[in-house]
Amino acid sequence: MDLTVGPNQFFWKADAWAQLYETLAAEPVDRVVLGELVCSKRAPFYQARIPEAIETLLAAGKEVALTSLALVTLKRERKMTAELAEMGVAVEVNDLTALAHLPEGAPFWVGPLVNVYNEGTLAWLAARGARRVCLPPELTLDSVRVLTAAARDLGVAIEVWGHGRVPLAISGRCYHARLHGRTKDNCQFACEDDPDGLDVRTMDDQPFLAMNGVQTLSHTHASAAHQYGALVEAGVTALRLSPQTGDFAALCRAWRARIDGALDGAGLAAKLEAQAPGVRLSDGFLTGARGVDWSGGRPAA
Amino acid sequence: MEIVCPAGTPASLRAAVKAGAHTIYCGFADETNARNFPGLNFDRAEMRDGIAFAHARGAKVLVAINTFPRAGGEATWHAAIADAEAAGADAVILADLGLLDRAARHHPGLRRHLSVQAAAANADMINLYADTFGVKRVVLPRVLSVPEIAAINAETQVETEVFVFGGLCVMAEGRCSLSSYATGKSPNMNGVCSPASHVEYVEENGTLDARLGGYTIHRAARGEPAPYPTLCKGCFGAGEKTGHLFEDPVSLNAEQLIPQLEKAGVTALKIEGRQRSSSYVAQVVRNFRAAVDAVAAGRPLPAGMLARLSEGQAGTTGAYRKTWR
Repeated sequence: MDLTVGPNQFFWKADAWAQLYETLAAEPVDRVVLGELVCSKRAPFYQARIPEAIETLLAAGKEVALTSLALVTLKRERKMTAELAEMGVAVEVNDLTALAHLPEGAPFWVGPLVNVYNEGTLAWLAARGARRVCLPPELTLDSVRVLTAAARDLGVAIEVWGHGRVPLAISGRCYHARLHGRTKDNCQFACEDDPDGLDVRTMDDQPFLAMNGVQTLSHTHASAAHQYGALVEAGVTALRLSPQTGDFAALCRAWRARIDGALDGAGLAAKLEAQAPGVRLSDGFLTGARGVDWSGGRPAA
Repeated sequence: MEIVCPAGTPASLRAAVKAGAHTIYCGFADETNARNFPGLNFDRAEMRDGIAFAHARGAKVLVAINTFPRAGGEATWHAAIADAEAAGADAVILADLGLLDRAARHHPGLRRHLSVQAAAANADMINLYADTFGVKRVVLPRVLSVPEIAAINAETQVETEVFVFGGLCVMAEGRCSLSSYATGKSPNMNGVCSPASHVEYVEENGTLDARLGGYTIHRAARGEPAPYPTLCKGCFGAGEKTGHLFEDPVSLNAEQLIPQLEKAGVTALKIEGRQRSSSYVAQVVRNFRAAVDAVAAGRPLPAGMLARLSEGQAGTTGAYRKTWR
């Protein structure tokens, strides 16, 4: 099983952003997807650092891809998307706009924000040049099994969401800006103060979601710690870890230890929980009644 | 401009046609469409009869097959496409890449529209669907301003259809898992959002709480109305604030923007509400038909008569005005 680090979903200061990739070069992960997924207004703050990050990661033997934006509407966003293919590394398509700009037949990766729910879609993407597909996080383990079986015949590697706040929705509206009484065009980068997203609580003051500009995520960190064995058995070949603050390198090492057999599911879960006090884990999309649920290692009902 | 009207039942279809709808959209009574609610939608015979009724009166019928097929269960969706064609549908409304590919190969004579669930928000992506699958019309996601819609129309031959009235998704459609996170029921997979089966109203300590999946997302003082707890229109706290952080409990009413939408090159205006009653549908259709007829004749728009039909009594023009963002 490989470990893939997904694009940082949050708005980090450029130095913290660059530091993440410098650190990852020395960590036991196999590939890294970087670039801006959520909001095109963030990109100018760190895009000059991208070539160096790519170089560092490639020199360390990692596979590297650049993500597309999750939602492309503006002219400059279309341009930004078209230019991805010129950066010399693979493109991870997270909005089909990126596909429109790739030469026909050119290989690409598919990220978790493209709706790959079934064999027909998988086959179409494979024929178009998809080599890797990270499945949408809301898929059940049963669907993962069907899709990995289909992917084997198509020569496509299947990846599943392994750890991190789940991207649940993307909007034209910026909620961070709205919270501060601003509009998206005049956001003043309100999301910058929340490098893991801002807690959204219910009326009972229960943590529920996380706000991240135009994106809404789960408050829980989804974790496949307890489904690891089943995912290996299904033929999943990579797990995706989504960057968060704290010691993300330690989180990657803990997952590696799980893969190497040095940690069991409960041992890994304990390490993951220690990384983010006050944040629960969830695995309900894979095996529960609903996404937010946590099996705690108990078999699915 | 063409008015595209919802029909959750054969009665609504007939009411909409009689009220002047140019086009009706509806779906089969199963998980293949994004309004998979109990007691709603059409069985095969009803679809055939409904289409015949509409055609006899010069109206068209579009069949929405706009959820994403379940892995291992695609046959249900494939049958829906074949049955829509056999029933005489004027087009199918699809979102899934695999289904579009299937329809283009196996049903080349059946017109294909791209559902709002595909979230095609720019001309590059729309033209990709047109070139690859022969899509003739796209229902635009509710994230675009009127000038952006005009810019899209300048760059594509694909007809555009936009929502003008009814429920308003705040998130890009087809890309939202909020409901399945909290309830296990997903718009993409099950065709339902914030389902009634997971709603509870609890009266406690002088307040009325509206809960979804056990999460309290609205709290009203006794005697105040408690709205339906749709996730993105719920009340939450973040930072120092408490309130409707994503969207107020408003619904879309872009009636006053019809002249601008026409100038922007929009082909069709879509009304949301397959879950609504036939009398509601008829009333909305009559209003919009009068409005587009007025615009076509160069007359001023009739005064806004639809406000009281709106959910929560408040209307918004949503993303059509840029400040909404």
